[in-house]
Amino acid sequence: MKRAVKVTVNGKAYAHEVEPRLLLVHYIRDMLGLTGTHVGCDTSNCGACTILINGRAVKSCTLLAVQAEGASIQTVEGLATDGKLHPIQEGFWEEHGLQCGFCTPGMMLTAVDLLQRNPDPTEEQIRMGIEGNLCRCTGYQHIVNSIQHAARKMRGAAGRATPR
Amino acid sequence: MIPAAFEYFSPQSVKEAIGLLEKHGDDAKILAGGHSLLPIMKLRLAQPKVIVDIGRISGLSGIKADGQKVAIGALTTHDAIERDAVLKEKCPLLAETAAVIGDMQVRNRGTIGGSAAHADPAADYPAALLALGAEIVAIGPKGTRTIPAGEFFVEMLTTALKPTEIITELRVPVLARGTGAAYQKHPHPASGYAVVGVAAVVTMSGGKCQSAAIGVTGVAGKPYRATAVEKALIGQSLDETTAAKAAAHAAEGVDPQGDLYASGQFRAHLASVYTKRAVLLAASRAK
Ligand SMILES: Cc1cc2nc3c(=O)[nH]c(=O)nc-3n(C[C@H](O)[C@H](O)[C@H](O)COP(=O)(O)OP(=O)(O)OC[C@H]3O[C@@H](n4cnc5c(N)ncnc54)[C@H](O)[C@@H]3O)c2cc1C
Ligand code: FES
Ligand code: FES
Repeated sequence: MKRAVKVTVNGKAYAHEVEPRLLLVHYIRDMLGLTGTHVGCDTSNCGACTILINGRAVKSCTLLAVQAEGASIQTVEGLATDGKLHPIQEGFWEEHGLQCGFCTPGMMLTAVDLLQRNPDPTEEQIRMGIEGNLCRCTGYQHIVNSIQHAARKMRGAAGRATPR
Repeated sequence: MIPAAFEYFSPQSVKEAIGLLEKHGDDAKILAGGHSLLPIMKLRLAQPKVIVDIGRISGLSGIKADGQKVAIGALTTHDAIERDAVLKEKCPLLAETAAVIGDMQVRNRGTIGGSAAHADPAADYPAALLALGAEIVAIGPKGTRTIPAGEFFVEMLTTALKPTEIITELRVPVLARGTGAAYQKHPHPASGYAVVGVAAVVTMSGGKCQSAAIGVTGVAGKPYRATAVEKALIGQSLDETTAAKAAAHAAEGVDPQGDLYASGQFRAHLASVYTKRAVLLAASRAK
């Protein structure tokens, strides 16, 4: 029996009838057409499917769409506002944080959760923070640099720049 | 990978949830964070016909201290436990253990009740729950009962819970004066689960070990208290030599399990190494 699901994704409200076994990642990609959220491993390990639910990074391949009922979701498509890149996107652009780009949406959303809680993370804290996201291309160093770039930018914007 | 079809319920109260569990019997499975259950459903290793999602029941998450105990709601996430100020002060062992579970996304979703109920032999909390002498509070059709951690973990993936019982909270004692605690883990390099994890709670008095509780996970089919180590520690002034001597008993009386990553023999060795580390760190924290 299908169930009604209402969610807000990137500020837009959606309502659908779904099968309870529908995974959230498939709901987002196939029903909402937001294909920026990727499926990598499909076994909860790679983090390519990471999205924000009520501000927290989660792996959407390990959630049912019905579990997200009532939630506010953010995907990579919602990062830029009014055609202006989010600082994390700018960081990945400036610091060459991607090669093939498959892991990038998940990496960026994980970084957003990390920076929300810890605006000035050490390199080690960044590496621990993205522990659940795998990248086959970059060797991670440029991703770390990208997140540091975004952290500086976001602290600056919030008027909290700390000296380095 | 897509789970087999099931009927889905999202009860609003514990009572309603128990009613559903009674009605559907063995066909039903409780869903909390879903970070153990959904992966096995996607692999079709589990195909429950009915899912009872307890995630929307209010009052099942949160942390409160009442005198000698800290009560942690079953739906409290690993992330909330890792960051909670009350726990950091009153039972830092649990916060320290939560912080090394999986990764940030897993900790944002997974719950302590789900981890305890799942009883994965490589899960982290069981070591801490045993060393702390935690209590697991469950409600079923016949009312509430409190299960000591020592009786809770029965076998691999098997607990003392009845299928119609729901864990509502876990209680851990407030760290006593003169007592220190530590969790030391050898994570599996791919999965992050504990190949071996050791939780030590050590009470020192006049430079000597007065009491010790050692919980070990990952080594055997179920987590256990390393009682031979505990006995050997009592009365000792703890240093590298005495701790290593006691820790040599870490896998005594259990049957260490081997897999592709670590043989049983290697796990037994790691148990001693990590027990020594946990004991020394706990002793250094005992104030
Ligand atoms: C990539 C990944 C890495 C992980 N790494 C680790 C790790 O390093 N260490 C570790 O310890 N764990 C690890 N886990 C497991 C994780 O901690 C799970 O969150 C946890 O084991 C289960 O909690 P849950 O809330 O997700 O439970 P669920 O998956 O919802 O449920 C698990 C089981 O418990 C039952 N259940 C749940 N809640 C209750 C309740 N209140 N009362 C009675 N029964 C209940 C369910 O019926 C089910 O059988 C990892 C998981 C993933 C996906
Ligand atoms: S696709 Fe979800 S973690 Fe890899
Ligand atoms: S850029 Fe290719 S996987 Fe990360």
